Amino acid sequence: MRKLFPLFSLVVVASIMLAACGTPVAATPVTVEVTRIVTSEAPAAAADTPVVEAQPTAAPPPVAGGERLQTILDRGQLVCGVHGTFQGFGFVDSAGAWTGFDVDFCRAWAAALFNDADAVEFRGLSAQDRFTALASGEVDVLSRNSTWTYTRDAELGLTFGPVTFYDGQAIMAKKDVVSDSAAGLDALEGANVCVQSGTTTELNLADQFRAAGVNYTPVVFEDQNAAFQAYDEGRCDAITSDRSQLATQGQAVLQNFADHVILDVVMSKEPLAPAVAQGDDKWADVVHWVVYGMIQAEELGITSENVDTFLTSEDPVVRRLLGVEGELGSKLGLSNDFVYRAIKLVGNYGEVYDRNLATFNLARGQNELWTNGGLMYAPPMR
Amino acid sequence: MNIQSFWRDIRFLKILAQVIFILLLVLAAGYLYRNVSTNLARQGLAVGYGFLKNPASFGIGESFISYEPSDTYGRALLVGLVNTLVVSALGIVFTTIVGVLAGVARLSSNWLISRFAAAYVGLIRNTPLLLQLMFWYFAVIIQLPSVRDAIQLPGPIYLTQRGIYLTWAEATSTFSAWRVFLIIALISIPIIWYILRTAQRRASVPLSPWWTLAYIFVPAFIIWLGAILQPEPPLRPFVPELSGLNFKGGVRLTPEFAALLFGLVTYTGAFIAEIVRAGIQAVAKGQVEAARSLGLTSSQTLRLVVFPQALRIMIPPVTSQYLNLAKNSSLAIGIGYPDLFSIAGTTHNQTGAAIEIITIMMLSYLSISLFTSLLMNIYNKRIQLVER
Repeated sequence: MRKLFPLFSLVVVASIMLAACGTPVAATPVTVEVTRIVTSEAPAAAADTPVVEAQPTAAPPPVAGGERLQTILDRGQLVCGVHGTFQGFGFVDSAGAWTGFDVDFCRAWAAALFNDADAVEFRGLSAQDRFTALASGEVDVLSRNSTWTYTRDAELGLTFGPVTFYDGQAIMAKKDVVSDSAAGLDALEGANVCVQSGTTTELNLADQFRAAGVNYTPVVFEDQNAAFQAYDEGRCDAITSDRSQLATQGQAVLQNFADHVILDVVMSKEPLAPAVAQGDDKWADVVHWVVYGMIQAEELGITSENVDTFLTSEDPVVRRLLGVEGELGSKLGLSNDFVYRAIKLVGNYGEVYDRNLATFNLARGQNELWTNGGLMYAPPMR
Repeated sequence: MNIQSFWRDIRFLKILAQVIFILLLVLAAGYLYRNVSTNLARQGLAVGYGFLKNPASFGIGESFISYEPSDTYGRALLVGLVNTLVVSALGIVFTTIVGVLAGVARLSSNWLISRFAAAYVGLIRNTPLLLQLMFWYFAVIIQLPSVRDAIQLPGPIYLTQRGIYLTWAEATSTFSAWRVFLIIALISIPIIWYILRTAQRRASVPLSPWWTLAYIFVPAFIIWLGAILQPEPPLRPFVPELSGLNFKGGVRLTPEFAALLFGLVTYTGAFIAEIVRAGIQAVAKGQVEAARSLGLTSSQTLRLVVFPQALRIMIPPVTSQYLNLAKNSSLAIGIGYPDLFSIAGTTHNQTGAAIEIITIMMLSYLSISLFTSLLMNIYNKRIQLVER
C-alpha cells in the first residue's frame, strides 16, 4: 500500500485536473462566449492540453491600417530607431543631444504628428538588431542609414519609405598602398580589408572582389568605430563602407584623413531609406509624405525661416502643401498643416542636409533636387 | 480514506506541488510558443532552415576548413563553429597551465612570486573580459610594428601587427614513409606500460622511478631511427620569410586569434588559479605533516599527497571555468575574430532568419558545453576517492 501511494496520489491529482478543466466544457451551452472555444476544440483534447485551447484559429490576422499610427498618437511620442555613434547621421553630441541627418527626419515626423520636434524617444540600434527592433514593434520607425534592398523588403516584414540619401559603397585605402583615387580594385590584390558586420557592405565586398578576381582577406568588426580604429592602426590596408560613412567617419575618427584616399570605384548602389513595420499602411504613408513634403518645400524655396511668409502665398501648390487650403492632412488622420509643422520646426530637405553634412564637405551629388540634376523628386501633393 | 486527512498528507502535497509546477512550466512554454508563432504570422514571416543551402556570398577572414564566398550559409556557420572550437580547445589547454602555475605560485613561500601571482589574479579577475580583449587587441597586438619592421624573436618568430609568424615544420617527400615509424612509436607506449606493470608485480621492491623515462626515450628512439633511415630528412623547417608586403611560409596566428586566445587564457587562468589555491588549502594540514614526517620532500608532498586530494575538490569548479571560456569566446565579435557568434550575426542580418539562427547558436553552444562537462564528469568520476 505504501508503494502504491505516489501512484495513487498522481491519479487523484490528474483526475482533479481533468475535472477542473472539464467543468467549463460541461457548462458551455449556457454561456455564449465560451461556445466559440468549444467549436474549435474537442472537449477531451482541451482537458489534456490547456495550451492548445487558447491557440487562435489558423487564419492570419487582418492587416489593419492605422493601428500603429493610433498607438503613436495615443502615446504622444514617437519612438525612432537611429544609429547612436555615426557622426553626421545619428550621433549623441558632447552636450548629450541627438544630432544628425537621420535624427532630423525623426524630429520632422514628430513635428508633423505632435507639433513638437522633441516628442521623440531615440533608440540607438546596432546594425544587427535594427530590423528585429522594428519588426517586434520596439521602435515605430527606423531611420538609421539602412539600405533599401529587395531581400529586406520581401523577407523582413518591413516597408521602406522614400530614399532620403542616395549612397554607394566605396573603399578607402592608405595612400602608401594606393596613391591614385582612379585606381581599380586590382590595386588591392592580397589586401586586408576592414569591414563592419551586419551590413550589406560585407556582401558587396565579397561580390565585387570576386567579380574582379582579386584576392583579399576580410577583417570583420561588429562596431564601425572598431573597424575604423583597426584600419587606422594599420591592421588593414583598406576599409569599405558607404561613401558617406567613409567621408564623415574618416574625418571624425582617423588621425590624419589626408593620408587616405577614397577610390572612385562605386561598388554598389546604396539607397538609404527609413523603414516601418509592415501592417500599417497609414503610418507608412505618413512617413512617406512628411519626407516628400520636405523635398517639395526645398523645391519651392520654403525654409524654416521664411515659411510663415508663404502662408499668405497665392500659389495653390504652396497653399495645399502648407495646409492653408484643402484637407490633405485629414486624409491621413493628421492635422492639415503637418508639412508646415515639419518645415517650421525642422526645416526642408536641403536645410537638414546642410545642417548635418556640410561640415564634412560631402557634395550633394545625386541628393540634389531633380531640378538641379539630382534624384530628389517628390510626387505631387494634391 | 478520509478526504480531510488526504489534503493534509505531506506525501500527497509534495506530489501535488510537483505536478502543479510542471503544468505551469508547460503553460509558460506554450504561451511563449504561441506568442512567437502569432507574431511571426502577423509579420508574415516563415520559419525554415532552407536558407542554409543558399550561397553565403560573404568572405571570412580566417578558417581552418576550406571556405569560399560561393559556399553555403551552412558551410559558413560550420567555419564559425570550427573557429570557436579551435580557440576554445587551445584556450582550455593553456588556461589550465597558466591557472595551475599561478595558483601554486600564490602559495609560494617566496614573497616576490606569491605577490606577483596575487597581483595577476587581483587585476585580471576584477576587470571585464571584453575590456581586456579590447586592450590586448587594440593596445598591444595591432600596435606591434608593421610587417617590414617586424620584431624578430629566436626561432625565428616574427611579431607584426598583421599577425605572429612562427617557424613550423614542413613535410618532405620521405614524410609518408616515415609516418610508419610514428605509428610504431605511438603503439610502443601502451606496450611499455604493460611491460613495466608486469615487472612491478614480479618485483618485491618498487622499481626505480627512472624507468618512467622509458615512455619518452623509447618512442623518441623509434622516431629518430625512422628519420635517419630515410635518404633525406622527412621534415624541414618552414621558416617565415618576408616576400613583398607579407611574410610567406611558417604558421601565422592572426592578430584577432592571438588577442582572443591570450585574453581568454589570462582571464580564465586567474579564476583557475584561485580554484587551485582553494583546492590545495582545503587539503587537511595533517596530510602535509604526515607526508613530511614520512620523509617526503616538499615537491614529493605536493605531487604525491596534496595534489591528488586537491584535484578532487578542484575539478567541478574548474569545469565551470572551462565552460565559461568556451562561451566567453563569443566576445570575439568585439575584436573581429570570425567565431560562430560573429558569422551567425552576419547570416542573421543577410537572411533575416532570427529565430533559426538563434536556435542554431543555442544548440551549438549547448552541445559544446554539454560535451565538455561530459568529459570532465567522466574524469571527475575516475579520480574520486574509491571507498571500499
